[in-house]
Amino acid sequence: MNTLQRVRFVGKPLVFLLCLAPLALVIGDAFEITGRLGANPIEEIQDRFGIWGIRFIMITLAVTPLRRITGWNWLLRFRRMLGLFTFFYVLMHFLNWLILDQGLLLSAISEDLIERPFITIGFAALLLLTAMAVTSTNGMRRRLGRKWDKLHYSAYAVGALGVGHYWWQVKKDTSDAWIYAAILTVLLGYRLWWKRSR
Amino acid sequence: MLIRKPADIRSSEITSEKNYLNRREFIRVGGIAGASALAGPALGAIVPAEMRSKLADVGSSKLSTIEVPNSYDDVTTYNNFYEFGTDKADPHENAQDFDPRPWSITVDGHAEKTGTFDFDDFIKPFDLEERIYRMRCVEAWSMVIPWVGISLAEVVKHYQPTSRAKYVAFETLHDPVRMPGQKNRFSLDWPYREGLTIAEASNPLAILAVGVYGETMPNQNGAPIRLVVPWKYGFKGIKSIVKITFAEKRPRTSWNMSAAREYGFYANVNPEVDHPRWSQARERRIGSGLFASKQPTLMFNGYGAQVAHLYDGLDLRKNY
Repeated sequence: MNTLQRVRFVGKPLVFLLCLAPLALVIGDAFEITGRLGANPIEEIQDRFGIWGIRFIMITLAVTPLRRITGWNWLLRFRRMLGLFTFFYVLMHFLNWLILDQGLLLSAISEDLIERPFITIGFAALLLLTAMAVTSTNGMRRRLGRKWDKLHYSAYAVGALGVGHYWWQVKKDTSDAWIYAAILTVLLGYRLWWKRSR
Repeated sequence: MLIRKPADIRSSEITSEKNYLNRREFIRVGGIAGASALAGPALGAIVPAEMRSKLADVGSSKLSTIEVPNSYDDVTTYNNFYEFGTDKADPHENAQDFDPRPWSITVDGHAEKTGTFDFDDFIKPFDLEERIYRMRCVEAWSMVIPWVGISLAEVVKHYQPTSRAKYVAFETLHDPVRMPGQKNRFSLDWPYREGLTIAEASNPLAILAVGVYGETMPNQNGAPIRLVVPWKYGFKGIKSIVKITFAEKRPRTSWNMSAAREYGFYANVNPEVDHPRWSQARERRIGSGLFASKQPTLMFNGYGAQVAHLYDGLDLRKNY
């Protein structure tokens, strides 16, 4: 097998399964097989999907810097899948909020979306991710040309909105949110440094 | 199926409920000591059996709600007690080694009787009562908890505050070695501080709780003694109290010091005044399962008949 085949037939299926692990753990814990969701399962599901959404956008944004540093160009082949998993976990986070937390109560949902800025920016991130997800096919990429690149630069905006959304809802201990903010700064900083040094 | 309520499937919870009823039966029949053997092995995982002991001579109270209490698991694994960490699972994990003995409580300020008292001497003059109260957290979740405690009104009376005493201030132990969460720079300013007006402290609903479910207070719930004021948000219920001060001026309180816009001194449960970042109109009752909807939050957490008069003429929007 050459590198391309290894990526396609071994790497991608493995990474795909690995990316499903956080979902599998939520399901396993809901049935009390792998663990427990605790006293407030809705909040626990909400937090887990949310934090994996942030982790996946960071992982996705790390692909290009890692590729440049290591010279492993095959890493790029995983970027779309990782981006789609970001969308998936953020969507699950949103649906959990919509259905289990708010119980589809429209008045409460619209009040939150409009009056609570941290929810507004989280929703904005979801909209951007949706736009990127539906344009993620090869066909769409060809059709959109340069516009595609522009649209998909908003992955950085998603990272910033996601970290802001997380930081803003914390009651007091923002230490974890600062860690993600630092990672995002490094990723964005590397990109800017690369552009300048060329 | 996901539809099952967690309460239906956790064997530890079933044991807990049964033991709870057994304990109540014991108390009613004659307050037999040494009933901690009743604690099922499944419960030992949360609070080790050797740390659990039954409280004797606990009376009942008409102020208790008839709502079904949350399970012992819920009450002891889902806690906001930043002294042991900022996640709600942290306290039951990090408070296991905390030893709440010996413990002393200092009473000072504008009162005829002041001094430092050993915990047992402090509670000895008062009757233990079970108070099953709703507990509404400022984070929009709630529980029903069977506290055991002493009347704060009786405690206030006992120390004979002078006419200059307008407030009662409380402080938690400050000891970063025993309370590792106090080492976190991103957390609150220590020690944790809370306060009530003297009228609030003299309301029959207010208690100093020393136990739950007929047993001594688990560490993660604020051992050995904590405040419970059920018409206020949970953060008013200061835990592991070492100091009570009769004050002339309104004391500074921890969450108010941390974010004054979000947490007021009064912190009365009020569905009409939202937290700046979330609605207070509804609450999630812990233990109600994945598919239960939130329930409406009641003014003063449903204790308006007992406490609304304390706030006559006060603008509760300004004095949140």
